[in-house]
Amino acid sequence: MLATVRNFFSDRNVLEVETPALYPSCNPEPMVESFALTNTVAEMNCLYLQTSPEFAMKRLLAAGSGAIYQICRAYRKSESGRYHNPEFSLLEWYRPGFSLRQLMEEVEALLAAVVPPSQIKHHAVYLSYRSIFNQTVGVDPFLATVEDFLAVANRLGYPEAEAICNGNRSAWLDFLFSHVVQAQLPKQCIVFVYDYPACQAALARLRPQQPDIAERVEVFIDGIELGNGFQELTDAEQQKQRFLAQQAERQQAGLPVPEIDECFLGALSAGLPDSAGIAIGLDRLLMKLCGLERIQQVLTFPLGA
Amino acid sequence: MATYSTNEFRAGLKIILDSDPYSIIENEFVKPGKGQAFNRVKIRNLKNGRVIERTFKSGETVEGADVLETEMQYLFSDGGTYTFMHPETYEQYVADAAILDTAAKWLKEQDTCVVTLWNDVPLSVTPPNFVELKIVETDPGLRGDTSGGGGKPAKLETDAVVRVPLFVQEGEVIKVDTRTEEYVSRVKT
Repeated sequence: MLATVRNFFSDRNVLEVETPALYPSCNPEPMVESFALTNTVAEMNCLYLQTSPEFAMKRLLAAGSGAIYQICRAYRKSESGRYHNPEFSLLEWYRPGFSLRQLMEEVEALLAAVVPPSQIKHHAVYLSYRSIFNQTVGVDPFLATVEDFLAVANRLGYPEAEAICNGNRSAWLDFLFSHVVQAQLPKQCIVFVYDYPACQAALARLRPQQPDIAERVEVFIDGIELGNGFQELTDAEQQKQRFLAQQAERQQAGLPVPEIDECFLGALSAGLPDSAGIAIGLDRLLMKLCGLERIQQVLTFPLGA
Repeated sequence: MATYSTNEFRAGLKIILDSDPYSIIENEFVKPGKGQAFNRVKIRNLKNGRVIERTFKSGETVEGADVLETEMQYLFSDGGTYTFMHPETYEQYVADAAILDTAAKWLKEQDTCVVTLWNDVPLSVTPPNFVELKIVETDPGLRGDTSGGGGKPAKLETDAVVRVPLFVQEGEVIKVDTRTEEYVSRVKT
């Protein structure tokens, strides 16, 4: 599988890079926890294992690397289950000058090269978040209020959703997407869900004339999330604001608040070319290829059952 | 009783939800990309046996249920209640007929059953997988009489009724699988 991936990018003149897994700073996203390590050397006392190579690779882009890809390990605390292992493999790549649509087509071509036609029978299906959410849940994810989501939860039999989501629109979207939409995505083909609501933007840019839409895409096969892609946010000031908001969220939730990665912000200020980028979970891709049901079955010595 | 975090969820764990004791059958970690993590569990209500699905926010804590499954000897019944005894402590536990449900019809004195206790009170009783009971009433089963699917009803000493082959007679002891409620074989006494 990896050989196929490397040949694919080699043919397209995308450079393979390696960035460190150990960093002096970490991802401030509230939903992801980084492993923190202590070092004996004073200047680099506290180090973190990367949750993804994103910040490092964007620094390379800002330095003029051109199109790059990386196959590496990522580390996330407490993520353990059928599709999660605290240590997992990512394929992440960035295409300066590509639109998100162009990147999706490249993802489609990559997956077609890796997954045999006997397993993926149809052409890729492109669905907007709004349309698939509306179709499966029955309300418009951009316009629905928390009360509308509550009504849906009662109708579909999720009495626990109210307390879990606690009036937070983003939490409701997470809940309904993972419990209702994902299982009903078309099967046996590659599915791209694009145009996410702004509150689910992560590191994606908001569409210039329609800021309620985040230029984000997710790739699914048989309802399993394989990848997360963005038209990357290149505006340093907006990125800084997002970081500050994330720090505030962490503070409020009583979670550790990491320092902001100034090297990364510096790179954005220096100028990140307009790029589309995506990360694919290689273990899950391998699972799909082998027809296996648990990520532990594709890892040599998985943590947890 | 201890509390458990979703990180500790596993099949067989006993928890309290909506004031009832439940046993976890399956635990699934669900995390949409860049989003909140959940635990989606399949759980069995230990009072009524119903299986439901429920989601917990990852990191949430739930109350553990003081549920114990232990082997006990069935002593006797007085119609409304059934009394069991723990073979080691000799402690006696009394269960309402309602809790016994269909288990009652297989019980013979001295039989060993599995009693599920919640807060030290009987919640449910599981009879042994196989019981040997005497037939107290059944037709002779004349040869050639194949109407009724090749078998005949037989009433057992506990009042249970099972379908048995035609050659089995009144007074014989038979082995019954309590899980399928079917005749297994005759037992040589």
